Amino acid sequence: MDSVTPSTTFLVLLLPFFAALFAPLLTRVFKHNAAWILALVPAVMVWHFAGFLGEIADSEVVTGGYRWIPAFNVNFSWYLDGLSLTFALLICGIGTLIVLYSGGYLKGHEHLGRFFSFILMFMGSMLGLVVSDSFLMFFVFWELTSITSFLLIGFDHKREASRRAALQALVVTGGGGLFLLAGLLMIWNITGISEMSLLLRSGDILVNSPFYIAVFVLVLGGAFTKSAQFPLHFWLPNAMEAPTPVSAYLHSATMVKAGVYLLMRLNPVLGDTVAWETVLPIFGGTTLIVGTLLAIRQTDLKLMLAYTTVSSLGLLVMLTGFGSEKAVSAAVMYLVAHSLFKGALFMVAGIIDHEAGTRDVTRLGGLMSVMPITFGAAIASAISMAGLPPFFGFLAKEEIYYGLAHPGFWPVLLTVVAIVGNGLMFVIGFAVALKPFLGPKKPELQHAHEGPVLLWLGPATLAVFSLLTALFSGVSHRFITNPMSSAVEGEPLNVTISLIPHIGLPLLLSAVTIGFGIIAYRNVDRLRAAMANLLAAIGWGPDQGFDQFIRGLVRGSFHLTRLTQPGRLDLYMKATFILVAVCIIVPMVYFDELPAFPQWPSDPPFYELIIMAIAAIGLLSVLYAENRLTAIVSLGIQGFAVALLFMLFGAPDLSFTQFMVETLSVVILALVMTRLRLTPTDRRPMGRTILDLSIAVACGIGFVLLLLSVTQLPFDSTLSEFFTRYSLSIAHGANIVNVILVDFRGTDTWGEIAVVMVAGLAILSLIRIRARSNHAIASNDPSEEEGR
Amino acid sequence: MTLLVGLFFVVAVYLFLSKQIIRILLGVAILGNAVNLLIFTSGRLTREIPPILTNGSAAIVPVTANPLPQALILTAIVISFSFFAFLLVLGFRAYQELETDDTEEMRFAEPADPKLPPLGY
Repeated sequence: MDSVTPSTTFLVLLLPFFAALFAPLLTRVFKHNAAWILALVPAVMVWHFAGFLGEIADSEVVTGGYRWIPAFNVNFSWYLDGLSLTFALLICGIGTLIVLYSGGYLKGHEHLGRFFSFILMFMGSMLGLVVSDSFLMFFVFWELTSITSFLLIGFDHKREASRRAALQALVVTGGGGLFLLAGLLMIWNITGISEMSLLLRSGDILVNSPFYIAVFVLVLGGAFTKSAQFPLHFWLPNAMEAPTPVSAYLHSATMVKAGVYLLMRLNPVLGDTVAWETVLPIFGGTTLIVGTLLAIRQTDLKLMLAYTTVSSLGLLVMLTGFGSEKAVSAAVMYLVAHSLFKGALFMVAGIIDHEAGTRDVTRLGGLMSVMPITFGAAIASAISMAGLPPFFGFLAKEEIYYGLAHPGFWPVLLTVVAIVGNGLMFVIGFAVALKPFLGPKKPELQHAHEGPVLLWLGPATLAVFSLLTALFSGVSHRFITNPMSSAVEGEPLNVTISLIPHIGLPLLLSAVTIGFGIIAYRNVDRLRAAMANLLAAIGWGPDQGFDQFIRGLVRGSFHLTRLTQPGRLDLYMKATFILVAVCIIVPMVYFDELPAFPQWPSDPPFYELIIMAIAAIGLLSVLYAENRLTAIVSLGIQGFAVALLFMLFGAPDLSFTQFMVETLSVVILALVMTRLRLTPTDRRPMGRTILDLSIAVACGIGFVLLLLSVTQLPFDSTLSEFFTRYSLSIAHGANIVNVILVDFRGTDTWGEIAVVMVAGLAILSLIRIRARSNHAIASNDPSEEEGR
Repeated sequence: MTLLVGLFFVVAVYLFLSKQIIRILLGVAILGNAVNLLIFTSGRLTREIPPILTNGSAAIVPVTANPLPQALILTAIVISFSFFAFLLVLGFRAYQELETDDTEEMRFAEPADPKLPPLGY
């Protein structure tokens, strides 16, 4: 690996984010034609990654990166093998077409620039996700795809349905992301490895770890939410609220496959266990069947496709978990085929919606003559989806049956599931591709016409690729299927399947599937009615469950807030002071650090005792003051007593300041309190008095104990001696206290002055507000007050 | 002296637990003194010799009161005074606006029965 390669890859990874920055500007200048320029970005990326195809096909891997936080062994590094390269090519390739398609689809939309920006950001995130080597980078990009998906689903933010769908997707996939983070951290902890490339070579450490099940569950939590496995599938159909380019790109071709990517990536180190080969097929199979049944129910083209996407993801999970080599290569081929045909079908649905004005399949018909190109792309993609030759979907489906059809209860059951699922997908595929185009033309569709080149270019290209990859299966196996399935399996695989007829069990099963599909297609209306009745009978689904969950969350947090913050100051105060007492006393008792019982001072001068007594009397009379004058005077008494104490213990500066401050306090208090009503005594009910008093006494005892223990410790006079020694020699001042204040700690004093000034300003403004808003207070109308 | 500090804290906390703003304010003033005395006492007490150096006697340091806590307290006194004054005016203004000095009736920002937030999206 030469030194140039890593840095260009790094630039290519950043490129979409840069393009996202400039997209709004370009769109302002070139309107929707900016799509042609912006599509160059993913096109360049395709070109860059295609350059690695040769190396990867020869079973090499490409790595590179930079050290990010060396102290924590976190790197920004990438790892390209068959799996990530195929994903990268799909992301950039389909991304190119999607950017062009968006230009046509949202032509004239006022936020087109923003849309391009979001799409490009998503592209960068998704690309980062699949090429990430380090766990942390992988997780960051994983969450970025959730966030950009949120932005894109909620693009039409003025509709409530959009907002709900966006939030739902974010909650489900974001929650799954947390599972994934925990899982990755556990893997990191168990193996001491923080990079995919090293992990893949770590052998059986994870499988043999006692925490294997925990890791397994956490990773599945991430993968199943992202890839919409039942019963967490509901966010994906709702995400169809997004504009169609988003549905085609994120919610069929790329993002929802991130979960499958994760499973495939970790298959070599987590797979081959009973748990893996039981749980994955069960969830995948259930999702496959449920998804197709729900798809039958729909009449909206996009929703039909969305539910089949759910079922396709189920099929992929099922195959990944099945554990045979053929199943792995089948999953790989189906993944590629699905991205090609489903992306195209979504774009077709968007074109129909755009040009005919509706996506309801029951109101569409006879569009073949006016939209020939779109029809061609649709029918080609539907054939691939149905698994008929000569498209890539056919190869994938043959390989599926090769992989699954083995003797034994479990494989037979899964084969039946696959047949039913594929048969129903056959139905949906043709329902989407044929119903709108065949039959008599509906009168309200008179104005429908073929879309512009920006629109049909995408689906047509994808359809052509579906065909080419199958026709030249040798090439696609060498560069895509083989390297990718080898990466998933962890050892070299060689896939040979091609369009040349190969008589055997899989072909027979294909025939069964097609027969089942044709029968179901003829009865699709009856099936739809039956499903509608069934769903109405159940009446509840995870989608409603999500609403209930969110409402419960809001209610729960509301009541919790009311409980912890009832808005009553006395409760807050109680809680605070109880905690103060507990924090002081409990550790002392617990660590057995209670101070020794102090000796009574031998000869306290009587005047000291008298002043202390005066302070005590002042304090107590504050408590029992019957009127405001007494309260003020008592407050003054304790303040002046404190000042005298300072004087007695060698602190004349303090004493002086205290005298001034107490005088001022008393004056201000007298001014204010003459206007404030002071109820004669502080009446509290008996119970409250006892409670408050015990809290207060507990606090008091706590502080006494604290003070006693402090004074019983040896006295550390380092600082004081420092100040005493240098006061004169450095600061040239004899009064040490003053020197400390204005010299050693001058900045501190400066801050103090600032505080005093701010307090003064605040007081002034409080009083001035009063002066200006007299009338507002007179009427006591809150709305008037807000207006001032 | 320590017991006196304890008494200061008891009274201050008891006043804090009152429901009347004016008493809480008295508590603030007393708590300031309580903390000052706490710092003062933990800096050890010496009687009647202020920390002022006589001319040129820097070399021979006589036993004086500890200057460090004094400096701290001097700052604290001033700060707590401005704080007290501000709270006093604030409480007074609140009394004028809300016509009550009972903290349980001051529910302008946190009403007694708040509305449930919207449940939609």
